[in-house]
Amino acid sequence: MEALKQELKEKIIDVLNLEDIAVEDVNDNDPLFGDGLGLDSIDALELIVMLDKDYGIKLADPKEGKAIFQSIETMAKYISENRTK
Amino acid sequence: MKKCYINGTGCVSSQKTINTAFLQDIIVNENENVLELSVPDYKEVIPPAAARRMAKGVKNGIVASHWAMKEAGVHNLDAIITGTGMGCCIDSEKFLKALIDNKEEFLTPTSFIQSTHNTVGGQIALGLECKAYNFTYVNGAVSFESSLIDAKMQLDEEEAATILVGGVEENAEATTNFLQLTGIIKPKEQSSYSVLDSDTTGAVFSEGAVFFVLEDDKKETTYAELNDVTIYNTLEKEEVEAKLESFLKGNGLSVNDIDAVVLGYNGDTLYDGYYTILADGVLKNTQQLYYKHLSGEFNTASAFGLWVASHVVKLQEAPEVLSVNDVKAAGYKNILLYNQYRGKDHSFTLVSQC
Repeated sequence: MEALKQELKEKIIDVLNLEDIAVEDVNDNDPLFGDGLGLDSIDALELIVMLDKDYGIKLADPKEGKAIFQSIETMAKYISENRTK
Repeated sequence: MKKCYINGTGCVSSQKTINTAFLQDIIVNENENVLELSVPDYKEVIPPAAARRMAKGVKNGIVASHWAMKEAGVHNLDAIITGTGMGCCIDSEKFLKALIDNKEEFLTPTSFIQSTHNTVGGQIALGLECKAYNFTYVNGAVSFESSLIDAKMQLDEEEAATILVGGVEENAEATTNFLQLTGIIKPKEQSSYSVLDSDTTGAVFSEGAVFFVLEDDKKETTYAELNDVTIYNTLEKEEVEAKLESFLKGNGLSVNDIDAVVLGYNGDTLYDGYYTILADGVLKNTQQLYYKHLSGEFNTASAFGLWVASHVVKLQEAPEVLSVNDVKAAGYKNILLYNQYRGKDHSFTLVSQC
């Protein structure tokens, strides 16, 4: 689980071009949207594609995203329970 | 009919042209055929959160427009007009590569959104919260001149009083390689880099963003008056001289009234003849300047040429590095620019002291 969290932090920084943020700056329970990392709706689309491409998870209901993308912790938990690759 | 004054300029190029005196820190690069961009301090102008999705062409456009507006003391615009021949190549390549690599699946929105030609004008407007007229001209090597004509007509007709107009081009890896493979850019291994003395085909290439604030009022920051711009998509070499004289006549001038001419030599022996036919002919006794050894060639490199001409008029000084011939003008009242790209997209631009 810890390795997955680390991997997610690295991927998010890379995919979303968060140039001024290091892996150490992202805490597992920090909100990804709003006050935390400050991600927006375009980033949400990028994360949905990343789940599909890298972990084989297709979000059937986009509304699920709100809970899944709450933090690194929630993302890692959802991925480890649902991943197909 | 209102006049059109160049009241502010901002230039991002392969030279240090931001926050320095005119051509103070120039480097004439004779070791490369694709001149590297002198990267400005983006963070000074663009918030990091906004910059993270922008490729360098967009960032360069924003930086150049910022400095042009700052110099002109302008906060509100009546129009933003951008010229770009190739648009946002980097994100276009990124999107197409993802399309191929992922077998048309898993396409993400960012590079698609950022890949359109009007991204630069759009992002400038977003940053300024400017809802005014916003138009992007994609007309090859007269994209910038098309923008100038639009801006000038709007000022002439009093539809706008303050206009931001510029040209932007960015190099992307695959596109640059293709241009090199097809001989449009000189090959990497070819060692004849000097633009004027070139005996090989292909151009010395680069990228950049140059923006101008054009207004109907003269002010302390004014560089020059933009008198006229005209474009011809195709011309034979034998036709150029007559077109030039006709352009000048339309402005009540003759060749003798031109103090200096700025020519777009780019080192390509196939097409630089368009310039030499004028330089050895009707403009033989006129001071001749060039600039693409400093800026490199790109679809909107003529915006760098206008940036050079504007400074020469304002400062009444033409640095030696720009000289083609030994003729020296006593002063710079009228400056003519002539540019073409690969024998097409010809433009004449006239600026004058005011």
